[in-house]
Amino acid sequence: MLILTCPYCGVTGEETEFAAGGEAHLKRFGPGSSDAEFESYLFARKNEKGVTFERWRHANGCGKWFHAARCTVTLEVFGTYKAQVTEPPKEILAAIRKRRPGWEPAA
Amino acid sequence: MKRYSAFAIAKEALNNHQGWKRAWAKAQPKRKYDVIVVGAGGHGLATAYYLGKNFGIRNVAILEKGWLGGGNTGRNTTIIRSNYLQDPSAAIYEKARSLYETMSQDLNYNVMFSPRGVMMLAQTEHEVRGYKRTAAANAFQGVETEFIGPARVKELCPIMNIEGPRYPVLGALWQPRGGTARHDAVAWGYARACSAMGMDIIQKCEVTGVRSEGGRVVGVDTTKGAIDCDKLAMVVAGHCSHLAEMAGFRLPVESVALQALVSEPIKPCMDVVVMANTVHGYMSQSDKGEMVIGGGTDAFNNYTQRGSFHHIEETVRALVETFPMISRLKMLRQWGGIVDVTGDRSPILSKTPIEGIFVNCGWGTGGFKAIPGSGWGMAELIAKGHSPLTDEFGLNRFTEGRFIDESVAAGVAH
Repeated sequence: MLILTCPYCGVTGEETEFAAGGEAHLKRFGPGSSDAEFESYLFARKNEKGVTFERWRHANGCGKWFHAARCTVTLEVFGTYKAQVTEPPKEILAAIRKRRPGWEPAA
Repeated sequence: MKRYSAFAIAKEALNNHQGWKRAWAKAQPKRKYDVIVVGAGGHGLATAYYLGKNFGIRNVAILEKGWLGGGNTGRNTTIIRSNYLQDPSAAIYEKARSLYETMSQDLNYNVMFSPRGVMMLAQTEHEVRGYKRTAAANAFQGVETEFIGPARVKELCPIMNIEGPRYPVLGALWQPRGGTARHDAVAWGYARACSAMGMDIIQKCEVTGVRSEGGRVVGVDTTKGAIDCDKLAMVVAGHCSHLAEMAGFRLPVESVALQALVSEPIKPCMDVVVMANTVHGYMSQSDKGEMVIGGGTDAFNNYTQRGSFHHIEETVRALVETFPMISRLKMLRQWGGIVDVTGDRSPILSKTPIEGIFVNCGWGTGGFKAIPGSGWGMAELIAKGHSPLTDEFGLNRFTEGRFIDESVAAGVAH
């Protein structure tokens, strides 16, 4: 069972308290974009085997959306951070590199 | 290949059964093949088998990073049905179901196909309407199903509590020729037939890279060295994104863990397959007497082949309500498999941006039932460039918004 900490209210809870929201930091494409860009935004996913960044919502708590950095193979959670960012903050990347030496974010 | 028969058993009995040979040959990779299939699960082996049988393409290697049939082929709940809503789905799943009918004879290998009947319970008014609609669609598609009332449900499955109170049974979508088969035997039977045609099945051979030149595939790198090929079929279910990344493209697929569990064996008590989609649970009784139970998927991406514990609790809680007699049953084993889920809950059988690479993935939580139809269509796609079974399941449907939406009809349980 995953244990996550909500970066807003600070509550640490089991995964049943949260709702998973899929891949984080997607670049949005809307009207005026090409078909390929729009398809990629809507459907194509990194689906990483290893370190992943994803959205979660503290559904049975404060209700806020936030981000988590997690390993999809070991389920290790490297950290959670607030939603108002377009990429993972430095301290989260540092926490991941500490546990996964040599890891680089996928393009 | 030595043919299995009653006569062969009698003959071997006189010889203390010393003369049986390995069902398929061990193989080392050659330098080059016409077609390399990555993934020796049901779908990969079926693809190779029909390439050889229907199209005479026999210079084929099937690469497997683990052991044959050790992924989702050996982890599913063995249910076979074809009562889908959309026409392309009904076509490929019914093709598969019909091939299961004669598979034991075709492969000369007993896959224990048991068309015992599958019922999908309607436990809300919405489901009643949905299943009546599916039954009507199936009638046009030539798939034999009917919507049955609660009294008939009770008659077919007496151990069920149809009164509720929380989950009353209001009826069911009944497919009398659906059922189960021995999942390992399906993989083993295809493997034996592929090996007999001269194909190489190479286990413990992980693909580590995909090589292409000028937008065309030329081969793969593996833990057993580089192997060249003209065409490459990726049939690796939950790891398809990982393999596609090696080839340089992305798939509209997310991998999640799906769980199943099995009880201690008990005397025969239920001779149909029951699926309850509202409560995320499905159950059948195996030939050994174990109750085979499947549940829901995790909500988040993962590759753990384990699954979250609370899903078991939810599944079992609902099933105990529906089948009160199983409340004291001990569970023997629990396991998970990594399933590859697409946005419209329909599979992808398609060409890819790299010429010569074909992908067969996205079967999500319901791939086992489709194995023979999937292999049949995939082989035609590889050999001829298109197939009436697979044309609608191309990757381009996501660009064109031409979805085959089964998420309402079968989003939860397969």
